[in-house]
Amino acid sequence: MTDRKPLKIAIASGKGGTGKTTLSTNLAAFIAEQQEVVLVDLDVEEPNSGLFFKGELIHEEAIFKMIPQWDESKCTLCGICPKVCNYHAVIQLGPSILVFPELCHSCYACSELCPADALPMIPKKTGTLRDFQIGNLHFVESRLDIGEEQAVPLISKTKKYVADKYGDVGIAIFDSPPGTSCPVMEATKDADFVILVTEPTPFGLHDLSLAVETMRALNRPFGVVVNRYGIGNYEVITYCREENILVLAKISNNRKIAELYSSGKLMYQDFPEVKKSLSNILDY
Amino acid sequence: MKIAFTSEGTSWDSLIDPRFGRTENIVLYNEESKELTSVDNSAVKNDAHGAGTATAQKIFELKPDVLITGNGPGENAAKALKHINMRIFVDAHNLTVQQAYNNFKSGNLKEV
Amino acid sequence: MKEIVVISGKGGTGKTSITASFAVLGSVDVVVADCDVDAADMHLLMQPDYDFAEDFYSGEVAYIDQNNCISCGKCVDVCRFDAISVKNKLFVVDPISCEGCGYCARVCPTKTIVNKNRLAGKWYISNIKTGSIMVHARLGIGADNSGKLVAKVKNEAKEIAMEGRKGFILVDGSPGIGCPVVSSLSGANFVVLVTEPSVSGLHDLKRVYELVKKINIKAGCIINKADVNPEKCAEIVQFLIENDIVHLTDLPYDENFTRAMVLGQTMVEYDHGILKELLTESWEKIKQLVIN
Repeated sequence: MTDRKPLKIAIASGKGGTGKTTLSTNLAAFIAEQQEVVLVDLDVEEPNSGLFFKGELIHEEAIFKMIPQWDESKCTLCGICPKVCNYHAVIQLGPSILVFPELCHSCYACSELCPADALPMIPKKTGTLRDFQIGNLHFVESRLDIGEEQAVPLISKTKKYVADKYGDVGIAIFDSPPGTSCPVMEATKDADFVILVTEPTPFGLHDLSLAVETMRALNRPFGVVVNRYGIGNYEVITYCREENILVLAKISNNRKIAELYSSGKLMYQDFPEVKKSLSNILDY
Repeated sequence: MKIAFTSEGTSWDSLIDPRFGRTENIVLYNEESKELTSVDNSAVKNDAHGAGTATAQKIFELKPDVLITGNGPGENAAKALKHINMRIFVDAHNLTVQQAYNNFKSGNLKEV
Repeated sequence: MKEIVVISGKGGTGKTSITASFAVLGSVDVVVADCDVDAADMHLLMQPDYDFAEDFYSGEVAYIDQNNCISCGKCVDVCRFDAISVKNKLFVVDPISCEGCGYCARVCPTKTIVNKNRLAGKWYISNIKTGSIMVHARLGIGADNSGKLVAKVKNEAKEIAMEGRKGFILVDGSPGIGCPVVSSLSGANFVVLVTEPSVSGLHDLKRVYELVKKINIKAGCIINKADVNPEKCAEIVQFLIENDIVHLTDLPYDENFTRAMVLGQTMVEYDHGILKELLTESWEKIKQLVIN
């Protein structure tokens, strides 16, 4: 079995607000005490793990997606481009070709099928990537521009940046968006292991089952961390047992933890049991 | 003048469809020939994105002078319609095509 | 008929629980639309009967008919999403990666590739325990949450509300700032922003509010778990004042929130104290603001 670096751990959940970011930030900081680690915030619509770190900004870059741009001088008005765009991102109104960047999925069909080379693909800014460092911890965050509709291209490009720049760092942790749709799949589809964070409530259980379905569809090994254990009921544990799902840790419900989180502080140092849970997770 | 309406049906008694992009039909009235025709727009329903731009393209092909609808076109469609200098009148919700036409003629609809 | 949309930017603030409470308070005069289609939870509190169900199709997915495939590989060359691969000498489309752009079908020399309509989910109309109606949906795994299913749920709810001459549509909106949220907000008369007093809560509130500002809708805010961090709470209140957002109420952190949920009840059914009082007050305030 080949030893591929880095070990990629994605942290996801069906339901929002279960504690993904709490876990990913504390886990990353814990690992950083011993070795180099990179934490990547892929919740590009609402990236907020960065609120827990004050590091040095190493690098910042605009991230682009490719969209077609109409070159009127070359266009023969043959009418092929609106026909080949499945998203109606390119339309023809008489003598004009109009491009709608928000609708474009960057499939390149119009550009490559244009007989006159009148729709070259040009980059359009879709978000910003920032790379920070605090000691052993590298923190990469990508932020989608307000008004941009597609998270997936930005998530994909961020992963590539991390793979290129931090290819020889031992562990990479990916804080994923909540839910089960495209952005989550993009964030978790090539993880070596996915940690699903849930809470022991009916909403938590319901959304966890959706997340489990997604992980099975993607064929990812996964385990569950139950956060705020003690509120609600034990159905989540029963569910995991019935489904043969590994429960990595149960973090107790504790108001102090919530208060520290709300102030943007890491908390594992103050709570030995959390520290223990974190090391249990890593051992696995 | 040629007037286009977003409509749930194909006749004068049909209700105005408040949506632009996903309107069921586009009804066209030609004041000179007094002809009422319609175009089925339901194929656009299956499109996840770009319903607005697709419908805008259809409107362009029909070449009306004025468009009457309910909510008004979304951002992308509005851009497309602006490009062809389309005059748009809104707030025709809950009216039949006939009533919307009357309101338009008497200046009771809002132009955007 | 007025449309009230509840959103939060950040997940876990209590948006769905609060929306459900409003649905119970509004009773038969409210049609509920659960537009949080990626992780819909309203049904866990509203006891829907799934009276009507329909498949929902959105976008397309490519499919290769193996009988006619000549293995030329042109499809793989043009696919920008790495959705086509060779398995056991057969060219296969991965429906999860396929974006339905149709490019492969266009270049296929034997016209072997077809674009099929993608079954993206299911939507439902249910009678709920308040005596009213809820429109809800479930998005399929890996489906593109374009906002189209959200739009479908909302439009169906609107029609039902108009036919039944109901006073309000109450929408449980989507989290985040992307298409589904924009779709949830379109046509709203009032937006309720639910947040929590934390750095993340304030951060996400600001981002989602930028979206609300763009669409220009009147907004109010509920700060949930307000006593967990009074300092952050004050920061949020300041933000609300600066941006002319109505400060609807502060809800204290209360375990009854969860106890009610476990029993399948909303807070206003389970609680008989301060939570019920504050939620009822808020609902009345919202109705006043939206009617004017």
